[in-house]
Amino acid sequence: MLQPRWLPYLLIAPSVAFLAALFLVPLGQTILLSVDGGQGFSLANYARMAGDLNFPTALRNTFALVAVVIPLQVALALVMGLMLQKMTRGRELVLWIWTIPLGVSDLAAGLVWLAILQDSGYLNTLLFQIGVISGPTAYLNSETPVALFFAVVLAEIWRATAIVLIILVAGIQLIPKGFGEAADIFGASPWTKFRRITLPLLKPSLQSALILRTVLAFEVFAVVYALGGRNFPILVGEAYTWQNENQNYGVAAAYAVLVMAISLAATIIYLKALRVDPETQG
Amino acid sequence: MAGILIDKVAKQFGNAVALQEISFTVEDGEFVALLGPSGCGKTTLLRIIAGLEVQSSGKVMIGERDVSSLKPAQRGLAMVFQNYAVFPHMTVFENVAFGLRMKGADQARVEAKVRKAAELLHIEQYLERFPAKLSGGQRQRVAVARALAVEPAVLLMDEPLSNLDALLRLEMRAELRSVLREAGTTTIYVTHDQTEAMGLADRIAVMQGGHIVQIGAPTEVYSRPATRFVGGFVGSPPMNFVNTVAASGQARLGGLTLASPVDGPIVLGFRGEDAKLTDAAGGAPFTVRVAEPMGSHLLLTGRIGDDLARVVAPPAARIAAGETLGLALDPARIVWIDPETGRTHPGA
Repeated sequence: MLQPRWLPYLLIAPSVAFLAALFLVPLGQTILLSVDGGQGFSLANYARMAGDLNFPTALRNTFALVAVVIPLQVALALVMGLMLQKMTRGRELVLWIWTIPLGVSDLAAGLVWLAILQDSGYLNTLLFQIGVISGPTAYLNSETPVALFFAVVLAEIWRATAIVLIILVAGIQLIPKGFGEAADIFGASPWTKFRRITLPLLKPSLQSALILRTVLAFEVFAVVYALGGRNFPILVGEAYTWQNENQNYGVAAAYAVLVMAISLAATIIYLKALRVDPETQG
Repeated sequence: MAGILIDKVAKQFGNAVALQEISFTVEDGEFVALLGPSGCGKTTLLRIIAGLEVQSSGKVMIGERDVSSLKPAQRGLAMVFQNYAVFPHMTVFENVAFGLRMKGADQARVEAKVRKAAELLHIEQYLERFPAKLSGGQRQRVAVARALAVEPAVLLMDEPLSNLDALLRLEMRAELRSVLREAGTTTIYVTHDQTEAMGLADRIAVMQGGHIVQIGAPTEVYSRPATRFVGGFVGSPPMNFVNTVAASGQARLGGLTLASPVDGPIVLGFRGEDAKLTDAAGGAPFTVRVAEPMGSHLLLTGRIGDDLARVVAPPAARIAAGETLGLALDPARIVWIDPETGRTHPGA
């Protein structure tokens, strides 16, 4: 049967309309809100955001989190994915267990780690029982910024490595086994095989995983909020504070636009840096 | 250069027996084809020799050295895979250079060896391209060049031509033979295509159900198959099998009388081109059902008694469907097969 030319457009129309109504319109409104100075266009909201006491810290913390969490997650997910590949039995079960954290909401995940790491949490109870500490020890307040930072890193790694893992596992499965065997025959060591065969062929999946995970990492909020509250300022957290506590929607919108701009920039950088020449994909 | 000794190699996958105690030798510089239908164990055997699969028992010797427990790279061999396994993210040059680089060859040596292998396979003009820009046949050449560039003592090939179209297959077959002759590389070649095995190999090992049923020169396997299976698998058209009953050392088929090695039910095996056409009374009665002009010959399909037979007639023969002809057979060109065991009676 000959399909009318407009049929594909008709079929994608609902999703386009849905995204336009619930994404593009709010996006436009947010941008307008952020540059609305009361009497027309103004960058006052941005100036106020940049001049805020917490802004440099929030910016630094957010970037530091991304810089530490993303490489660790990618490295971990690669190791986990390659280990899965080597397994012959119980593969599905292990993958399933590893992806359980994906089913936990990020706020719940934050609360789980709070229960472990707070003053009278599970970690301290254990350390106290084996005699390492003599009483409740704080890790999550403003006096222990390094410990708090690593607590957030730990919780984020626990919570969100699986999303990277799933994308990479799918990518690893797409690499024909013959490439690895050919490399074995011609004398490549496991490390060489990884570096010269697996990694280059995994580039498209790595790119997807990095973009998705980095964008999400710049938007990190609930885990940090549960563990440290405002002791550990981050960009989205500041947007939340300006919106809800300061009731200043303009500055909150400026933060939102900034986070979006950063995410967009990161995506463009990944697309450029990990450009996959279609010619080099079999 | 090195010969290969396969000593009682067996392989089980769980409860399934893939190979049952296979032993054979390949001489230095010899080309042996492992021929058989899918699932006969030929690829498993090749992968065990390569070290990609571990045998359940037995040992593999390459050039006097027991390599049974060595890694593939330590065995001094190269391999061409069925799907070529040419790395898509490397240029043809880097693909061909891969083995040399892994062995730590310096740039000058890599250049020289890659050029030499590329020349041999006529892919010099593609060295800077990526494999995605090459045709199947060219990729195949890259895979062979990559294997030959390391100058291996032993070359293993797993159905290397099966993904090519018929014409290209014929061309590559002839080329492979001359290239490997020149290199003098000991080669084991897995195929399910009997014409490929016949054309390429010094010796053919016909495999069935996890063992080697017959190993020998192509002509020997062709004209004196060890079993009914070999006769039916090797050659196109396959060997004809006619059921008959022998008495007093003789088997009669119409006007044709042949000396048989034993009395009782027996199967006569003969090749379609070995039958001479005579008149109906002077030979085994053959009723033609289909006559196909093939250009070089006329292929007749019909029956002798209840058994299907294919006979090759001269291209200009005027024979119509429904005719009954007589077939005369040279006793030196036939085999007698035991209908129970399927084995050929020796010497007869």
